[in-house]
This record gives sequence, structure tokens and C-alpha cells, in this order.
Amino acid sequence: MTTTAIVFMVIAMVTVWGGLVAGIVNLARHPEQADDEPPVPVEL
Amino acid sequence: MATATTQSPKREAFGSRNVFILSAIGSAVGLGNIWRFPYVAYEGGGGAFLIPYLCALLTAGIPLLFFDYAIGHRFRGSAPLAFRRMHRAAEPLGWWQVLICVVIAVYYAVIVAWAAMYTWFSAQLTWGAGNEESFFFVDFLKSADVAEVGVSTDFVPGVGIPLIGVWVVVIGIMALGVKRGIGKANMILMPLLTLMFAVLVVQALFLPGAMDGLNAFFTPNWEALADPGVWASAYGHIFFSLSVAFGIMVTYSSYLKRKTDLTGSGLVVAFANSGFEILAGIGVFAALGFMAQAQGTDVAGVATSGIGLAFVAFPTIVSQAAGGSIIGVLFFGALVFAGITSLISILEVIVAALQDKLGWSRIRTTLTVSIPLAVISMALFSTTTALSVLDTADAFVNAFGIMAVALVAVVVVAWVLHKLPVLQEHLNRRSSFTVGMIWKIAIGALAPIVLGYLLVTELISKISEPYSGYPAWFLAVFGWGMVIALVILAFLLSLLPWSGRSHAKDDPEYDDFLVDEHYDPDPETGAVQIQKTDEKGAVA
Repeated sequence: MTTTAIVFMVIAMVTVWGGLVAGIVNLARHPEQADDEPPVPVEL
Repeated sequence: MATATTQSPKREAFGSRNVFILSAIGSAVGLGNIWRFPYVAYEGGGGAFLIPYLCALLTAGIPLLFFDYAIGHRFRGSAPLAFRRMHRAAEPLGWWQVLICVVIAVYYAVIVAWAAMYTWFSAQLTWGAGNEESFFFVDFLKSADVAEVGVSTDFVPGVGIPLIGVWVVVIGIMALGVKRGIGKANMILMPLLTLMFAVLVVQALFLPGAMDGLNAFFTPNWEALADPGVWASAYGHIFFSLSVAFGIMVTYSSYLKRKTDLTGSGLVVAFANSGFEILAGIGVFAALGFMAQAQGTDVAGVATSGIGLAFVAFPTIVSQAAGGSIIGVLFFGALVFAGITSLISILEVIVAALQDKLGWSRIRTTLTVSIPLAVISMALFSTTTALSVLDTADAFVNAFGIMAVALVAVVVVAWVLHKLPVLQEHLNRRSSFTVGMIWKIAIGALAPIVLGYLLVTELISKISEPYSGYPAWFLAVFGWGMVIALVILAFLLSLLPWSGRSHAKDDPEYDDFLVDEHYDPDPETGAVQIQKTDEKGAVA
């Protein structure tokens, strides 16, 4: 593969798969709440 | 909360947020990701295509996905019910989307049936090396020319019998319901699909010539970015790839629990869909690089998409490669799984709509909807003229069905009903990723401009010359006539009254939801004035 092609392959993978990983991490940090659970208390 | 007077069954729901996400990915990842994206990207400037592609994903794909989620989740219904709850006069939009799904479902099923047969053929190299093209069109499909024979009724058993099988499988999944059928099917098929595809890509990368294919796929051609057509194709592709705007995401999000993080889930779905496309691009072009080398030509000479890629180019690769049968089984197996998970999401739009309208049980509605669809599918697509009907219906329903309904929906919701602030507030109230002015501009301004441009381009190209050179009467029926009929039927279906048992008239769960969220009560559902008690324990 040429260097240019490799660079663009890496950019494509990093942006799209990186976006996926970022999305999954964000979701994992906001776990699912059951419908009948009270909301998480907000500290003032 | 829902008191003893509650008669209607609870709305179905996905088992968890993750099941919903997998199902939404299952819907979005379809045949288009595998056989369409690689060629669109290659044609649109290779590596440089990433720029319009990401722009389209961020400014149109994801905003429209959020738009669908917000409608389905805020109004908690299938497409017609959700639009009706938004505004009585918007109901036809929902039925238009349902009817688009009817058209797509009947032809989508036959492609899955072909892929299933080709999984089998790959294992045995049934087509005979060098004979791939004529095997597909002549031996397998027994294709006849519509200009000569009209719409044929000659049954082709090699297609018709597997088509029955596909319908039996999907009807079975649909009858089991959202949680046990759709949710479970996606929980099994999606990991399997990902695994199979990953193995396929690795194997393709080891073929001689694979690197030439990747060079062709990733080397940027910057001049392409100056061509507005490339930008249009990026937006068009993202739009079709994410399954937005024809009811699927509205329906699926109506099965989510009330407090689900909508935008956070949507981002995962959107990037997973694109991630799969990149993987498919690598796999397909590695294989095409091999094919080019084996035939002593360059990649440009073999690059193709759609049915030609899957059923002519890939069988050729399977014949020529060492371990080709494994590549073939993985590739066609992946097409079958990707197709089934998308097909069930398309069918769910129809089943959910009728379930809401009639207030019937799951199984009764599924059978009432699916069996006639299976019969139509068999009648049109297991005969010798299937390919022409499929090609025409697909081209017209994409352009003047999906794209047109998307344009009308964003304009009506943003500019006629002024509902974007309501949807925005609903998304932000429960989501980790909040949307603001940019989202409203993307939906209210950018989406109508882009969709309008794409629609006009399609109109000009389809009016200026007969599509694919088919006879005028044929295009009048399966092209123009079909897309116009969808709109007329959508209005007629909206005129039919909703029965007292339907969810539009009787939905205590929805009333409960409105009270909990402090939304205005729905004027139509019976129990508007259920007094809201504070003790949460009364819910159970």
C-alpha cells in the first residue's frame, strides 16, 4: 500500500471507530435508569 | 398508576437499552452497507470521500436519527399514531412511511433469498468457474425481458422456494414480538454478523492483490470534492444507510423505556453503522484488488456495486481465490443476516401501525400483515421478470418514497407544526448528549435543502429518459404509478376511523407518561383525567 493510502485508511478508522468507542464510553458513563427508580439526586 | 380499569395490554418494549441499540444497528446495517458504500466511496474520491461522508453523517444523518427517535419516543407510537398525536392532520405522513415499508419489504425479502441460495452455491461452487454472470441471470433467475414477455407469471422454483423459507423465518420472528422475537434475533444475529464479517475481511486481506484494492479505495482524489454530485451522493448514501425517515426508528424508539438516553444511544448506532461500512469497504476492495490481479486488469475495471458486485463479482472471486468457498459462505451469510435484521425492522413498521390502529394482538396482526405481503412478494419476485420489477420499484421508492417523505416530514414538523422545540426539549430532558440550535438548523434548514436538491436531481434524471430503458407502461405501473399510489393510499388510510380499542383512543400508559412528564394531556385517549397520585408504589 502507498503511504497516502495508509494515512487515509488510518484517518478513516480513527474518526469512525474512534467515534464509536467515544459513543460507547459516553453511554457506559450514563447507565440505564429503570422507569420506577427515583432520579439520581443532584448535589447542590 | 394505571388503575384496575385498564383493559388494553401494555405496549411492548425492548428488554434493555442495549437490545434496542443492537436492534437499531441491525436495522441500519443492511445490504447497502456491504454492497453500496464501498463503491460510492470509491467513486466519490476514495480517501477524500471521508470529508463529505463525515459532514453528511454529522450534519444530516445523526440529526435525522435524533429527529426520528424524538418523534417515536415523545409520542410513543408507530409512525401513523406518533404523527397523529403530534397533529391530527400529520397522520398521512405516518401511513406514507408504512406503505413505503410495504414496498421495500416485498422486494427486500427476495434479495435475502438469493443470498441464502448463494451461501449454499458458494460451498459447492455450483456456478462453474467462468460462468458466474450467465449462471446468475440465466440459470438461477431465468431472467426474461419485460419488454417482450410483460410481467411474467412463470414460477422459478429455485428462487420461490427459498423465498418461502425467508418469509417463514421472518414471520416467526415477528410473531414472537419485540422482546422475544426482534430483540432476541438481533442479539444473536448481530454479533454473529460482525464476527463473520471480521473473519471475511481478514481473509480477503491475505489474497494476492488485496493491497492494490486498498490503494484504490483509500487514495484520495481531491478533485472529486469540487463536484457537487459527490457531496450529494454522500448525503444520499448516509441518508439511506441509517434507515432514517421511513418509520423504522420512530417505531423502534417507541418501544424504549421512558428514561432512556436517546441521543447517547443514537450516537452509538450511527457510528456503529459507519464503522461497519468502513469494514465492508476494506473487505470488498481487498477482494476486488484480488479479482483485478487475477484478470490482469486494474481495480477500476472490476469495481462495481449492488447486485452486480454481490452476485457476479463475488462469485468470480470465490471461484478464483484459494479458500474461496469460505469467503463465499461468509460473504453471502453476512448478506443474509444483515438482510434479515433489516427486513424485520421494515416489517415492524407495518405490524406496529396496524396493531395501534386496530388494537389487535401481536400474533393476529403479524399474520394478517405478513401473509399477504409474502404472497405479493412470491407473485412478483419468484418469477422470471423479478429483477426488472425489483430494480424499478427500488429506484422509485428510494427517490420518490423515502426521500420525498423525509423532505415533507422535516418541512411539516419544522415549519408547519413548529414542533422542533418540543422534540428538542424531549431529547434533552433524558439524554447525555444535548442538542441545541445546530440540531434545529440541521433539521429545519439543511435537511430540506439537501433533500430538495436530491429529489429534484432524481426527478430530472427519471423524467429525462426512461429508467434503465424499461418500457413506458412498465415504468408507469411499477415506478411512477406505485409511488403516487402510496401517497393516495396514505390519505385514504388516514380517513379510516381508529377503533375505540385502538391505541389512539385507549392508551392509559401514554396518559400516564404525559402526566409524569408534565406534558399536555392528549385530547383523544380516553383516560385524560386520571388523577395523578404521588405514591410511586401504586404503579405496581
